[in-house]
Amino acid sequence: MKLLASGDTALVVEFGDTVDRQINAQVLALAERVDAAAIAGIVETVPTFRSLMIHYDPTVLPGRVLRDHVERLLDGLEGVELSGDNWVLPTCYEGEDLAPDLEDVARGTGLDPAEVVALHSATTYRVYCLGFLPGYPYMGDTPDKLMLPRRETPRVRVPMGSVCIAVGLTGVYSLDSPGGWHLIARTPVRLFELRRPRAVLLKPGDRVRFAPVPREVFDELEARAAEGRLPADPVELAALGRAA
Amino acid sequence: MSPALRVVEPGLLTAIQDLGRTGYQRLGIPVSGAIDSVALRAANVVVGNPQGMAGLEIALVGPTLEVEAESVRVAVCGGATVLTIESANGDARRVRALESVTLERGDRFRIGSVEGTAVAYVAVAGGFDLQPFLGSLSTYVRGGFGGLEGRALRKGDWLPLKRGTAPDRADLRLEELDLPPAHLVRVMPGPQDDWFTCEAMAAFLGSDYVVTRDADRMGLRLDGPRLEHTKGANIVSDAIAPGAIQVPGNGLPIVLLADRQATGGYPKIATVISADLPALGRVSPGAKVRFAAVSLEQAEAARVGLEARLRGLEQELVPIGPRGPELARLLSLNLISGVTNAQHLEDDEPPSMR
Repeated sequence: MKLLASGDTALVVEFGDTVDRQINAQVLALAERVDAAAIAGIVETVPTFRSLMIHYDPTVLPGRVLRDHVERLLDGLEGVELSGDNWVLPTCYEGEDLAPDLEDVARGTGLDPAEVVALHSATTYRVYCLGFLPGYPYMGDTPDKLMLPRRETPRVRVPMGSVCIAVGLTGVYSLDSPGGWHLIARTPVRLFELRRPRAVLLKPGDRVRFAPVPREVFDELEARAAEGRLPADPVELAALGRAA
Repeated sequence: MSPALRVVEPGLLTAIQDLGRTGYQRLGIPVSGAIDSVALRAANVVVGNPQGMAGLEIALVGPTLEVEAESVRVAVCGGATVLTIESANGDARRVRALESVTLERGDRFRIGSVEGTAVAYVAVAGGFDLQPFLGSLSTYVRGGFGGLEGRALRKGDWLPLKRGTAPDRADLRLEELDLPPAHLVRVMPGPQDDWFTCEAMAAFLGSDYVVTRDADRMGLRLDGPRLEHTKGANIVSDAIAPGAIQVPGNGLPIVLLADRQATGGYPKIATVISADLPALGRVSPGAKVRFAAVSLEQAEAARVGLEARLRGLEQELVPIGPRGPELARLLSLNLISGVTNAQHLEDDEPPSMR
């Protein structure tokens, strides 16, 4: 465990340097403790895979004092497994437009496309953390057979809803964005939707499964999502996935 | 009709920013906010606002706005950028940076080109009557939220104002604030300085870097000596502090500013100290910067110094012009504004030269 300064307004508490559920559980546990301690001068905490960043105001809370607080809070820390929600996201793995990298991924992994889809959709993923874009979930772990590095050349524009894999993880682009991961499917579910009271759908600790749906179903759900009429509730969404 | 500023011309990229949207980075939501927070705060001081109130951030070429309120008080801050006023009665005059001016219905004011900095700010007394998103009015264009409909201003927009009349106080100004674009930038090494060779750290701290054309609210891509990684250029993604300097595989550093993503997967060789970050918001493509390492204690002392300076700004406000407080008082009573307008025209020189 290391305490690392990132300038004079952020302290990184690093528990390891790998993607690992035990490490992530410790990060989330410390985030809970720090937030609960409500220390004056702490602006916010940002838990990621393997470290917690504490943003703070150095004119209220000098870095040395923050370090002392953190060391005290680390005492006897045990990882917590958050009781997140279970999500089933209807997802279409068909077509050059929705799944442009499926063939490439199949070639790169020595599988055929149907096996890639079967492997990806049979796994329940856990949300490690959010970042990169508003509401973008870093989820893992993908089955070993789907392990690939990022694309050599990132795309300038990846459409919102694209389901992607790389480096043992899977994600869903929550906005149109540049991106370097492999696009193997698309979900109509908006992970970031300003018209919803809960703009960001997922949170760390949630569990997510992708349910394959045919193109016609995707198109219909996509039309509903564009009008802001797709449910944002785990149970209702799961029912949609099952009905398909 | 409720008070507003009408956007006659939007300028190149004009958007509402305050000091940022903190508390939601764990949801992947960037902080955003003014990239030169010191200039925004100073502009707010001049019009009598709390320092963190939202203003207009203006890049390169500014907007033309028309007053659709009984009266409104505004000020600009950013290098040598000036306001040009076109009164409803046909008078025209210029008002220098850091000087407030009270305008009436039908008056127009224009910010031509932003001078001596990359961004200027317009503060409006009382601020904008807009609904904050997640506690902030900062615009994040890529996400489409904050400010006015999550976007830059467009021709024909109405910016609703909290106040329908200017505060009952004379216009005031600040003497020149020395707010130059960054050249020598203090950094603290880390959090991933151990991902770089000693030679890389020496080159990073010992060389000039040039700001490339890839410079925006998200960050500044720099050109200069390439920095060699020891363990590759991919870390397990972690959170990004303001001013973090990440170095992707090509070895060229990127300083991350207000619209930076909350997390990222490149090693960060160093982090700009908070006291020096606003000055990096002022640099333009082609500028040279050089980095110098300091300790946490030095960084904190610099920040405390900056905050003390900013806290003291209210006390530095002075009445406008050599004519002293008496004139300022008369101006506040609106008795002789026509006279001063005429004088500006006769002088035919910017008020900053007086």
